Amino acid sequence: MDWQAIALTLRLAAMTTVILLLVGTPLAYWLAFSRRRWKVAVEAIVALPLVLPPTVLGFYTLLAIGPRSPVGRGYEALTGGILPFSFEGLLIGSVLFSLPFAVQPMMVAFGAVDRRLIEASWMLGEGRLSTFFRTVAPMSRSGVFIAAVLAFAHTLGEFGVVLMLGGNIAGETRTVSVSIYDSVQALDYQTAGRTSLLLLAVSFTVLVLTYTFKQRSGAPWLMQ
Amino acid sequence: MVDAVAVQLDVAVRRQFRGGPLITGSFEMPVERPQVTVLFGPSGSGKTTLLRCVAGLERPDDGRVAYGDDVWSDTATGQWVPPQRRRIGFLDQDYALFPRRTVTGNVAFGLRRLSAQQQRSRVAELLERFGLTDLAARRPGQLSGGQRQRVALARALAPNPRLLMLDEPLSALDAPTRRSLRTELRSLLMRTGVPSLLVTHDRAEALALGDRMMVVIDGRIVQTGSVEQVFGRPANQKVAAAVGVENVLSGRITERRDGLAAIDVGGCRLVAVDSGTEDSDVLACFRAEEVLLRLADSQVGESARNHLPATVIDLARDGPLFRVSLDCGFQMSALVTVPARDEMSLRPGSQVVAVLKAPSIHLVPRPTEGRRDPAALAPGSPD
Repeated sequence: MDWQAIALTLRLAAMTTVILLLVGTPLAYWLAFSRRRWKVAVEAIVALPLVLPPTVLGFYTLLAIGPRSPVGRGYEALTGGILPFSFEGLLIGSVLFSLPFAVQPMMVAFGAVDRRLIEASWMLGEGRLSTFFRTVAPMSRSGVFIAAVLAFAHTLGEFGVVLMLGGNIAGETRTVSVSIYDSVQALDYQTAGRTSLLLLAVSFTVLVLTYTFKQRSGAPWLMQ
Repeated sequence: MVDAVAVQLDVAVRRQFRGGPLITGSFEMPVERPQVTVLFGPSGSGKTTLLRCVAGLERPDDGRVAYGDDVWSDTATGQWVPPQRRRIGFLDQDYALFPRRTVTGNVAFGLRRLSAQQQRSRVAELLERFGLTDLAARRPGQLSGGQRQRVALARALAPNPRLLMLDEPLSALDAPTRRSLRTELRSLLMRTGVPSLLVTHDRAEALALGDRMMVVIDGRIVQTGSVEQVFGRPANQKVAAAVGVENVLSGRITERRDGLAAIDVGGCRLVAVDSGTEDSDVLACFRAEEVLLRLADSQVGESARNHLPATVIDLARDGPLFRVSLDCGFQMSALVTVPARDEMSLRPGSQVVAVLKAPSIHLVPRPTEGRRDPAALAPGSPD
């Protein structure tokens, strides 16, 4: 089995999840509570990766981070490297690709927090940030947890974006799904089967753990 | 606070929701004494929006809110003090207690700036004052409605607010609890030492809790005064209908003499104190408890100006009293006690004389449209 690809995939998924929680939380909070009319446009953009073919998303991301783009030039000036066909470029693609899987559960969870409790906190002198950490976040734990699990699991299985952005460089951009594809192309069905089974088992286990966790502590969450 | 100028809350705001009615409010509220000011009006009249504008939970489109010299919001200068820094204790209609915190945790929520020691003593003091000491470790789900209300009050008062706001504070309770808590809430509010601004659509609540009263109808404050003034002397027909003066009769002033006015109501003559209104079309308003009943055959001299022969149509229990519907050419209602009903053996069909003093009748100019059926003005149950 391609252990290098497995390690790389896990690293990619973990980093994607962390970034998505950092970026996705304020975005989800804004989407849940903003009364701006153009909020729907942002909501649609966040949801685009759900419906867009990964190749399309990958193509545009490639253009956006390529060496001729402002982002690409800035990155090159800073680090001397280029983003496409690197782990960092892949990370950017993964974050975009899994954005809705992280933002949407959190958005739903934040939106379900009774607005009157938030206002009660304000009236007791707590600012927006401390209200979020003392009141909204504790009541949305399950949503944040589900967001993290989905972002992680979804990144494990991505394929199209990886091919478009990362290509197939061992130790740099070759993920498990690409490795399986390679094995099949090489008619090495045995390796492909073993790696696939591993991916299946990991995904299944993660989901079972999630649902167990959710069920066991579900009641207090649902009751806020 | 010994200022030459009375410290007061000054509010003049305008707020319109997209597709909603325009809500405007301008009022002053003295905040030097722990008085209860009631914002009273039917549901949907805009009183909660006014309250939220003052609290800073809603941004007025236009206008100014100031507490003494502190300007809380002013659209002309762009000043805005966020709700966190207005020092208002706010009581939501469902109390909005934090469900996963204990009673202690809820009361201590707004005290983070104090040391742990100070927090403990402040919480202990409040729990003691509101009779919650034994419930300190409970969560809101394990409390009765009345206990929740006391926790919410203790929580709101913990950070020493300079103004307390209550949005329909009794509406979350069932009817019997509501009745018993009205008096309790009044005495709690009196003891807070903080002026309160209270929103309600329930006239019994307004009567039981308020010192001063502002009536909000269709997004505007239409009358301000003491509770007795507003109930006894509604400024216009809409206020009369909202405050529930039980008898609102359409009539016409036929004669004015010696400060009294004779009014023709459906062929009967009523005498009232002349309000000096220019219109001769008026509504005669009086409360059912102002009407005295006498048996038709007794002859007792008295000072009351109005003696109306009437037939009892119906008797209905109203708390400790009976509400008697009468026909005296027009319909009106009177309140009598149970012993009075028994002594007079009142029943449907009984012939009585309804006695009413002229000062008890308040004349309200009738609106020029004059389309409304006076019967439609008779208040039903609130909401």
